[in-house]
Amino acid sequence: MNATIVKPTIEAVMNHNNSKQSAKAIVYKTSGLNLWYGENHALKEINLDIHENEVTAIIGPSGCGKSTYIKTLNRMIELVPSVKTSGTIEYRGRNIFNKSYSVEELRTRVGMVFQKPNPFPKSIYENVTYGPKIHGIKDKRILDQIVEESLKGAAIWDEVKDRLNENAFGLSGGQQQRLCIARCLAVEPDVILMDEPTSALDPISTLKVEELVQELKKDFSIIIVTHNMQQAARISDKTAFFLNGEVIEFTNTDKIFSTPLDKRTEDYITGRFG
Amino acid sequence: MKLIDHAKVLKQMKSRKASNIFFKLLFMAATTFGLLVLGILLYRVITQGIGYLDFQFLQNLPSRKPEQAGVKTALIGTIWLMGVVAPVTLLLGVGTAIYLEEYARKNRFTRFIQVNISNLAGVPSIVFGLLGLTVFVRALALGTSILAAGFTMSLLVLPIIIVASQEAIKAVPKELREASFGMGATKWQTILNVVLPAAIPGILTGGILALSRAIGETAPLVVLGLPLFLAFLPKSVFDMFTVLPMQIYNWTGRPQEEFQGVAAAGIIVLLTMLIIMNSIAVYIRNKFQKRY
Repeated sequence: MNATIVKPTIEAVMNHNNSKQSAKAIVYKTSGLNLWYGENHALKEINLDIHENEVTAIIGPSGCGKSTYIKTLNRMIELVPSVKTSGTIEYRGRNIFNKSYSVEELRTRVGMVFQKPNPFPKSIYENVTYGPKIHGIKDKRILDQIVEESLKGAAIWDEVKDRLNENAFGLSGGQQQRLCIARCLAVEPDVILMDEPTSALDPISTLKVEELVQELKKDFSIIIVTHNMQQAARISDKTAFFLNGEVIEFTNTDKIFSTPLDKRTEDYITGRFG
Repeated sequence: MKLIDHAKVLKQMKSRKASNIFFKLLFMAATTFGLLVLGILLYRVITQGIGYLDFQFLQNLPSRKPEQAGVKTALIGTIWLMGVVAPVTLLLGVGTAIYLEEYARKNRFTRFIQVNISNLAGVPSIVFGLLGLTVFVRALALGTSILAAGFTMSLLVLPIIIVASQEAIKAVPKELREASFGMGATKWQTILNVVLPAAIPGILTGGILALSRAIGETAPLVVLGLPLFLAFLPKSVFDMFTVLPMQIYNWTGRPQEEFQGVAAAGIIVLLTMLIIMNSIAVYIRNKFQKRY
């Protein structure tokens, strides 16, 4: 009896201490980041700190560089030829642009969910096991377990558990996107990047993904690019407003939506442009 | 605003509809013409050759007497040739396509190579024969062997398979590659697990086209000096041999009337081989498409 009373007390104290120091570890530290597509200066002197177990939303009008920024975080941007960068992005204290940092290693820790659901033309099961398999996990029992836990983690297990061997293309758009999230979870990442994950989905599927994001932030740090300001307000802890490749404002979400400091932020969130 | 005279529009309607029907008929006629000629050709060949076509025909060596003439050496020779051409072209062709699409930087040099590959597909086959004669038969001293002919044929059909494979690889959606890279897959893992499985139907189609061309080509082999008449079977890739089109060419040149029938029978064998090859490829293609 005593133990049950004492234990939560200790946890409560610890939590209290944590929040007092606001000691959530920094996952990504971006300092003086510039990025050019050829001659086009797409990101200008970006400085952003992203914290553990938070949802950080990135908002801004089309072409403001928000997708470019999120794709830089896992160096996916390098798939575009003629991209040049300067400045640093530290992930857990290591500069990801460092020559010795392998991009495969980075992407194993930093998963990504894309704008359009992009399952592989394979079975649901194979979609989820793709990541673990490329990292050398062959044990069928472990793979089975990964599949179940990842699909449960992405809140789609109940819908697909009886048809794991069917082609993923048979799923609805919303289900496909949650499968992609499950596929991303299967490699046990630390951070999940989401590039407008609901822009191709209907409202109900969008709601499911939003609820899922709330669940996932307990275990992961999430950075989400969104066009939808209500979505940012609903699901994120912090919000960064991008405009023409610059960060105009970056602070707590409730603050940015209630008392924005910059006139341009206010104009954007009140719908005067964008 | 009255910029359109509707009475005039109505008046023109008739001629618009007429030309609509005219072009439909024109294109239909073009298709019918091709099919008709093909049909007549097949009918001629089959009625002419069917009498000479039996199991003996496949079993016999070539002979001066039409009733004893067989297609065995040429058939075996063609199979040997395919045995060299298929692996060489698939390996070099798909390898080149993967390199150009996935690895090579897009610059002026690769564009130059690209244009040249496409142009090579249009080079007359006899030129490849001369190349083969100089390089493989003479310089590498392979002689008029299966290997020399196989390499020559491979060069001839390489552009076809490269271009087809490139198109197939290009058609794989960018999103799938991103998904794979996004989970930390290396380039090779992405190519092997995502790009190739999705591209294989297209690559195989190119492969079929390439091999079908190789199986029917005669001109380069004439230049290489393949014998028109050969009464023994090759035992290794270094042996002399002949192929079906050469044998058919030989028979059609004979003065005896009966040899025309024998040649037709040879054509039937050649066509059957083509159909079998195509069916195998289509089967493999469908199997892959079902999985993915």
